[in-house]
Amino acid sequence: MSRSLKHDYIGLAENPSMDGSSDKLSSSEDGKTLKETELRLGLPGSERKSGGGGVCLFGKELHNVLKAGAKRGFSDAIVTDGSQGQGPSFFSPNVDKTLVALDTQTNTNKDLAKPVQEKNDQVAATNGHATAPAAKAQVVGWPPIRSFRKNTMASNLTKNNEEAEGKPGFGCLYVKVSMDGAPYLRKVDLKTYYNYMELSSALEKMFSCFTIGQCNSPGLPGKDGLSESSLRDLLHGSEYVLTYEDKDGDWMLVGDVPWEMFTDSCRRLRIMKGSEAIGLAPRAMEKCRSQN
Amino acid sequence: MECKRKNEKSKSNSTFPDEVLELVLGMLKSRKDKSTVSLVCKEWYNAERWSRRSVFIGNCYSVSPEILTRRFPNIRSVTLKGKPRFADFNLVPANWGADIHSWLVVFAVKYPWLEELRLKRMTVTDESLEFLALKFPNFKALSLLSCDGFSTDGLAKIAANCKNLTELDIQENGIEDKSGNWLSCFPESFTSLEVLNFANLHYEVNFDALEKLVSRCKSLKTLKVNKSVTLKQLQRLLVHAPQLGELGTGSFSQELTPQQCSELGSAFKNCRNLHTLSGLWVATAQYLPVLYSACTNLTFLNFSYAPLDSDDLAKLLVHCPKLQRLWVVDSVEDKGLEAVGSHCPLLEELRVFPADPFDEGIVHGVTESGFIAVSQGCPRLHYVLYFCRQMTNAAVATVVQNCPDFTHFRLCIMHPGQPDYLTQDPMDEAFGAVVKTCTKLQRLAVSGYLTDLTFEYIGKYAKNLETLSVAFAGKSDWGMRCVLDGCPKLRKLEVRDCPFGNVALLSGSRKYESMRSLWMSDCKVTMNGVRLLAKEMPRLNVEVIKEERYETHQARKVYVYRSVAGPRRDAPPFVLTL
Repeated sequence: MSRSLKHDYIGLAENPSMDGSSDKLSSSEDGKTLKETELRLGLPGSERKSGGGGVCLFGKELHNVLKAGAKRGFSDAIVTDGSQGQGPSFFSPNVDKTLVALDTQTNTNKDLAKPVQEKNDQVAATNGHATAPAAKAQVVGWPPIRSFRKNTMASNLTKNNEEAEGKPGFGCLYVKVSMDGAPYLRKVDLKTYYNYMELSSALEKMFSCFTIGQCNSPGLPGKDGLSESSLRDLLHGSEYVLTYEDKDGDWMLVGDVPWEMFTDSCRRLRIMKGSEAIGLAPRAMEKCRSQN
Repeated sequence: MECKRKNEKSKSNSTFPDEVLELVLGMLKSRKDKSTVSLVCKEWYNAERWSRRSVFIGNCYSVSPEILTRRFPNIRSVTLKGKPRFADFNLVPANWGADIHSWLVVFAVKYPWLEELRLKRMTVTDESLEFLALKFPNFKALSLLSCDGFSTDGLAKIAANCKNLTELDIQENGIEDKSGNWLSCFPESFTSLEVLNFANLHYEVNFDALEKLVSRCKSLKTLKVNKSVTLKQLQRLLVHAPQLGELGTGSFSQELTPQQCSELGSAFKNCRNLHTLSGLWVATAQYLPVLYSACTNLTFLNFSYAPLDSDDLAKLLVHCPKLQRLWVVDSVEDKGLEAVGSHCPLLEELRVFPADPFDEGIVHGVTESGFIAVSQGCPRLHYVLYFCRQMTNAAVATVVQNCPDFTHFRLCIMHPGQPDYLTQDPMDEAFGAVVKTCTKLQRLAVSGYLTDLTFEYIGKYAKNLETLSVAFAGKSDWGMRCVLDGCPKLRKLEVRDCPFGNVALLSGSRKYESMRSLWMSDCKVTMNGVRLLAKEMPRLNVEVIKEERYETHQARKVYVYRSVAGPRRDAPPFVLTL
C-alpha cells in the first residue's frame, strides 16, 4: 500500500492558511520522519511489527492529522526539522472549527464515514459556554444532533467534570487521555478501574487503532505501585510512556503512587513519547522518595 | 360524517348560502380534511378558502406569499418550515435562504390582522422581528424553533411592542444571545401572556422583572425559564403561578437550607395542574424529591438536558404513573430504562439523547437491553428516538414484537455503518422486523451497517411510510429504487452518504411530484443526472448546493421539491437552480 504522505492527506481546511501549511507539512516529511510518526503504545515487552504503522482511522491510513487545541504532543511529533510555520495556525482556539479533513475514496464497504471539517455556521459566535473538547475526527452532522444540543451538553459535561474533581466520592471521574500523534483524545472514567493494570489494558484497547505493538506487560506487579526497577524497564523498553498531570500541574509518571492517591490527584493523562519521558523519571522518583 | 350531511343538503338545495357553507367548512380541524373538501367543487373550494383561518406550509419554497394570500384571504395563523431538515446538522451552508422577511412584507398588506406565526428552520433577522412587532397590531403568538439570524434585540422589540402577546416560545435557535434585558421590555401594563419559553437563552434576565411579569399574567399556563434562574427564584415564581400546566425549571441546582427546601416542595405541591416538566439543566439529585408531589399528573417529562443517572431517574419515575412522553439523556443507562419499563405503563413516546455523542471512549450510555426493557413494560410505546452505541437484530425484533404499534421509529447507532455487535451481521433484519410488524409506521430513521435488503423490506412492507431518513447505508441504486417504487405514501426522503446514484435519483422522477421533498447529499449523483431530472420534470425545483473544492461533475448536495412558485428567485450563488 502506498505510504506517501502527500497522497493520503488532503487538507480540506476552511482556512486557506491551513491549506498552505499542510502542503508545507507534506513536503517537509522524509523517510526518517515517517518512522518517527509511527505510533506504538509500549509497555515492557512490547514488540515491533514490521511493515505496519501510521494512524488508523476508519480503516484508512493517514499520517498528518491535525488536532486543534492541543498544547503540545502532536505538534512536537510532526515538527522535526524546524518547519514550524504551521504551529499557531493549526491550533484554532475556537473549537467550533474542528479540523481533521480527510479525503476518503468513495467505497462501498460499510465504512462510508467521511470526516470533513465541521462548520458551525448556524451557532452564533457569542456562545459564551465552552463547546466540545478538542477537535476530534468527526463526520459533519453525525450523529444527527442539533448544534444547540451539542453545545449545551458539552458544557454540561465540562461543568460536571469540574465539579467531580473536587469531590472524591463522586460517581465518576472522567479524565482526558491524549496520545502523542493521535488525531483525537479520549476520555476514561478512573472510577471504573481498581489498579494500574486495568487502566493500562483499557488504554491499550482504546488506542489500539493507533498502535501496532503488542503490549504484554508481564512485569507489572499486582500491588498498587510500580517498583523503581520496573519503571526503568518501562522507559527503556518502549516508545511511549503513560504520564499524568496532577493537581499541581506537574507531569508525573503513572505508577509511582498508590492507586487511590493517583485517582485523587490525576487531572488528565497523556501517552507521551518515550524520548520526552526520560526527563520525567528522575523527578518522579525523587518525588516518590520524598513522599516515602 | 359532516361531509355526508353536507352532501345531502347540497343535493336538495341547489342554492346554498355561501356564508353557511363557509361556517360549516370552517369547523373542520384537520388540514387534510380541509384540503379534501376544497377539491369537491368550485363552490366548496371558494367557501373553504374564505373560511380558512390557519395555514401550514411544510416547505416555504413550495409556494409564494403572493399565491398564498391570493388563495386564502382571511388567515390569522401561519406555520412555516424552511430549510431541509439536515440543516439542523450543519449540512446546509449559512445564508441558504428561507428568510421570513419577504413573507412578512406581503402579510403586512394582506394579513394585517395576523395573530400567530410559527417558524421552524427559517432565517429570521432582528429587522424582521421589529417589523412583525410594529406592523401587526393584533399579533399574539410567536414560536421559533431551530431558526437563526436573530438576537435578543429582536426579542426586546417583540416584548416592547406586542400589546396582545399571548405566546413567546423560543426554542433551540441559532440566536445571538446578547443579554437578558429583553425580558424587562414587557411594559408594566402587559398582562396577556399565556406561554413564555426562554429556556434556551443563556443570559440572566432581571429576576424582579420576571417575577412581576409572572405575577400579573394570570393566564400564564406555560413557563419555561433558563439556566440562570435558581431554585430559590423558582420557588417564588411557582408561588405566583400555581396554575401552571407546563414548567421548565432553571438549573435546579443550588445550596438550599432545609427551610427553603420545604418551601420549594410546598410550592410544587400547589401546582396541581402540572402536566409537563422540563429543564433541570444541572440538576443535582438531592433536590429532585421536591418534584415528587407535582409528578402525579405528569404526562410529559423532558429531561433531555438533565444529566441524571439511573437511580435519580428511577426514584422520580415511581411518582409518575401517568407518564406518556419521556425524553432523557443516556446517562440514565439501561438501568434507568428498566425503571421506565417498571413504572410507566402508559408510556407512548421515548427519546434517549446521547450525553456525549462524539466521544467514543465512553463505555456507558444505553444499549439494546434498555430498549428491550422499555418495550416490555410499555406496550403502548409508538414513538421512539434512540441513540445508542450497540444494537442487535434480535433486540429490535423483540422490541417491535412487544410494541407493534410504532408510528415513529428512529434508531441511531452512533458509529456509522456498524453491524449487529454480537453476530456482526448487517442490521437489515432489525429494520425488516420493524416494517413487517409495525404496519402503522409513518416515520423511519435507519442506521448501522445496512445492505439493499433493508430497502427491499421497506419498499415491500412499509406501506404507510411518510418520512424516511437514511445515512451511510445501502449497496447500490437498487436500494433506493425499492423505496421509491414501494412506498406509496412517501413524502419526505432524506439520504446522506449512501451509494445511490443517478439511476436511483431518476427512478423516482415522477414520484417526487407527490412528495414534499428529496434530499441527497454525498451520494453518487452527478450534475448530469440532476440536469436530466430537471429537464424531465419541469414542475419540480431541482437544486444543487455547490461547494467549490469538489469536482464539478459531482452533485454533492441535491434538494428536490415540488413547488407552485417556480424556481427560487432568492437563491444565493452557491445554490444552483436547474
